[in-house]
Amino acid sequence: MASPPRPPIDEDHLPDPFDALDAASHADVEEEEPPAPALVRWIDDRIGLEQLSGLARKKTVPVHRQDFWYYFGGITLLFFVVQMFTGLLLLVYYQPGVGTAHASVARITSEIEFGWLIRSTHSWAANLMLLFAFVHMFSVYFMKAFRAPRELTWGSGILLLGLGMGFGFTGYLLPWDQLAFAGAKIALKSIAGAPGGDIIAMMLGAPLDSAGEPNVGAVSLQRFFALHVAVLPTLFMPLLGLHLWLVQKHGNAIPPSEEGRPTTRTVPFYPNFLFKDLVVWLLCLNLLTVLAAFSPWELGEAVDVAKPMPPGIHPEWYFMAQFELLKLVPAHVGPIDGEMVGMALFTLAALLWAVVPLWDRGTNAGARLRRINYVGFFAAAALIALTGLGYLGWP
Amino acid sequence: MAVDRIKAFFTRRGFGQALIGIATTGYLGAVLYPVLRFLASGARFAGEGTEVNEVLLGDADAISAGSGKNFAFGSRPALVVRAKDGSFSAFLATCTHLGCTVAYDAAKGAVRCPCHGGVFDAATGKNLGGPPPKPLRRLEAVVEGGKLVVRRAKT
Repeated sequence: MASPPRPPIDEDHLPDPFDALDAASHADVEEEEPPAPALVRWIDDRIGLEQLSGLARKKTVPVHRQDFWYYFGGITLLFFVVQMFTGLLLLVYYQPGVGTAHASVARITSEIEFGWLIRSTHSWAANLMLLFAFVHMFSVYFMKAFRAPRELTWGSGILLLGLGMGFGFTGYLLPWDQLAFAGAKIALKSIAGAPGGDIIAMMLGAPLDSAGEPNVGAVSLQRFFALHVAVLPTLFMPLLGLHLWLVQKHGNAIPPSEEGRPTTRTVPFYPNFLFKDLVVWLLCLNLLTVLAAFSPWELGEAVDVAKPMPPGIHPEWYFMAQFELLKLVPAHVGPIDGEMVGMALFTLAALLWAVVPLWDRGTNAGARLRRINYVGFFAAAALIALTGLGYLGWP
Repeated sequence: MAVDRIKAFFTRRGFGQALIGIATTGYLGAVLYPVLRFLASGARFAGEGTEVNEVLLGDADAISAGSGKNFAFGSRPALVVRAKDGSFSAFLATCTHLGCTVAYDAAKGAVRCPCHGGVFDAATGKNLGGPPPKPLRRLEAVVEGGKLVVRRAKT
């Protein structure tokens, strides 16, 4: 007798080797738990740890072909925690002020034990945090995770990215070396070109002088310091709290490509997903340590206004696209100042991107879905292309 | 029971858990050690630029007999007293009780601490009354060519 035709293999539903692990750890949870120690019970009675662990037990994470992208928010958060920790350590020795800033960073780098490592870790983790924030943002975009009810999760994330870039911008000046000085001057000059930009420059402690040049000096260094270690963290922390709470409240979004499937498997967040998260974090920490140890961040010469700026000067990669766009726009576009046009273009694009939940139609198929994906591809390609051109020094 | 624990260790699971524990401890140590060294190594800069061996106080005759003058000996407070006979004595002006800065009290002819009423001998620095447990630390005061010089006392 001929065997019945075999059903086609559904690759997405092949046995997952993690299933066995998941089942095993489930078995553990259901074991009889020994009574908690008296101290734990005492604390629990007063602050309700049980409710928290109940929440953790209830939380689940969907399993599908694109669940890989769920790790990137957590990685960004990890690097932020590293930033807080190393930042607090640097604050122990850093002394703001034009006479002391560079010398104190030089001391951290060369005299304080492991100071070079901690400073290097702070610089590398800053870059990695922003890199993974961008990856996280684009993955959320393409998975359409900004859709209802997650519009505010997306919005708070965009604001967090903005603040994160603010941390980068203000922190870059603090070592008070020639590159930092030049960077702040160029950035403030281009900000000053935008409408109201002169007010921003003034608020940043660098009012424009009679020649229209931002006056970067003691006042701006002190304000950048205050922004970096006090103002931005004060804004960042509650926003981060909101972002994480919303993520907790709404759970992980399932991308449109997976929504049509009859059943979506889930795994408990604790311990299954958290343990995988821990492994990913460990890998990231190791990567960070290797980068920080083998490619330590440099410290240039102290600011000397008599010296010309170093050749080939360019901003950090996360500001490169804006910088390159400003270079590409001609000095005048019709009757309008070219810089103004460049800034306006970039601001408009960023604004449209930030409010995508408002203009997205929420369709899961067809031309409209394709259109929103094209917008995402275009944004990513434009950012990467402009950044690449910037590094190639073109034009 | 101890035997059960030992048996549990020799299962695959127990061994795995022990390995994870050791690795975690090692990892935490590798993070904490640099942090502790980082924090500890700053202490050696605490007195930086403020350690001195000698201070010039100008004309010796600017300080009249039976008066005292507080001055800075590096980063530390110090006191010079000119006795009725014209001789100088100098001390670190840190009270040996709780570290307040002391001053010469001309009316009492003694060095007094304003915080808790400690009294020291103005010529020797010996603790005479109040809570201070020890005499003031002495400095060497000499007049060289009409100028008053205060030095770290030779021990």
